[in-house]
Amino acid sequence: MHELAITEGVVQAVTERLPGTPIACVHLEIGVMSGVVADSVRFCFDLVTEGTTLEGARLDIIQPAARCRCRDCGAEFEPDGMIALCDCGSADVAVLAGQELRIRSVEVV
Amino acid sequence: MCATCGCGVAGVRVFGPGQLGPAGHDHGTDHSHDHEHAHGPGQADRGQPPSHEHGLDGRTVQIQQNILAKNDRLAEDNRAWLTARGILAVNLMSSPGAGKTTLLERTAREAGAGLGLTVIEGDQETTLDASRIEAAGCAVAQINTGAGCHLDASMVARGLSALNPSPGSVLVIENVGNLVCPALFDLGEAARVVLSSVTEGADKPIKYPQMFRGADLVLLTKVDLLPYVDFDTGRHARDLKLISPGAQIMPVSATTGEGLPAWYAWLSERTR
Repeated sequence: MHELAITEGVVQAVTERLPGTPIACVHLEIGVMSGVVADSVRFCFDLVTEGTTLEGARLDIIQPAARCRCRDCGAEFEPDGMIALCDCGSADVAVLAGQELRIRSVEVV
Repeated sequence: MCATCGCGVAGVRVFGPGQLGPAGHDHGTDHSHDHEHAHGPGQADRGQPPSHEHGLDGRTVQIQQNILAKNDRLAEDNRAWLTARGILAVNLMSSPGAGKTTLLERTAREAGAGLGLTVIEGDQETTLDASRIEAAGCAVAQINTGAGCHLDASMVARGLSALNPSPGSVLVIENVGNLVCPALFDLGEAARVVLSSVTEGADKPIKYPQMFRGADLVLLTKVDLLPYVDFDTGRHARDLKLISPGAQIMPVSATTGEGLPAWYAWLSERTR
């Protein structure tokens, strides 16, 4: 359940950046290959924001799809799940997208 | 959670060498903030604009910050501290019971003096593992994460303060036994070593790809038990190649000593 620590990291970053400012909405980007489960972050969010300037804020999460490039044949492809395997059989791939773990923006009250 | 900053470190306890005492009898007194764990507006956000922004009512404020940015900064501080002293730090990870502590006990006895080995132990509770490592003749600090399922860079910074490893030595950080959560958290290590034991089954690399993708070395442990378990080493190696084409596999047994000279040499080569 590292999503608890991840969600605490979000609250900490926002409260450090905007101390004392009530927050209405937080926009996150959690890629499908990031290793973080968006639903678990949603589950933790209300718990972790209690008593902070983010209490009651809406949580908006976009989940960028995964995109890889094969280092052997150069093909770009969308992997099926967490195992990035090119059609040519190579597993030597660069992940171009899908590992995002970012706070995009917040809306203040 | 820490009432000062909401950092979630409450419940984390660090025991330095000589403080191992009876398990579970030292509660929450050492959240000391004597390291890079900065408080106050903007302090931790090096290079960020001043954090006191005015006239924001009803507006969107761009943050565009990696959620793990703070841990990553602290990990870089750890890495700089370790590198400046020529200390090789290894992040040792596996599921619970794969044999991390047993491997380190034997490593401490057989190669500890030559490597200048010290250990940071991570567990949810108890100082049992640290006591085993200490009995093997090795300086050790124990971190109890409380509710936490992984070590993070700020915990390791506190462990480093307690342990103070010597220049040119090898530091092994035994992470909390867990094949999921520790994968995401950089501690400032130079290398990641993942244990996969023959009693767990050969399918672990493809079932836990995030963990094995980041491995520099995979130690296949308990190989003395191969005659008694249904473990396909060929399948394990093939699956690992799908996840991490560059990872090296080293078969070892901390019971018989098989393969351990190669492990000691692997550590030794990286300290030069």
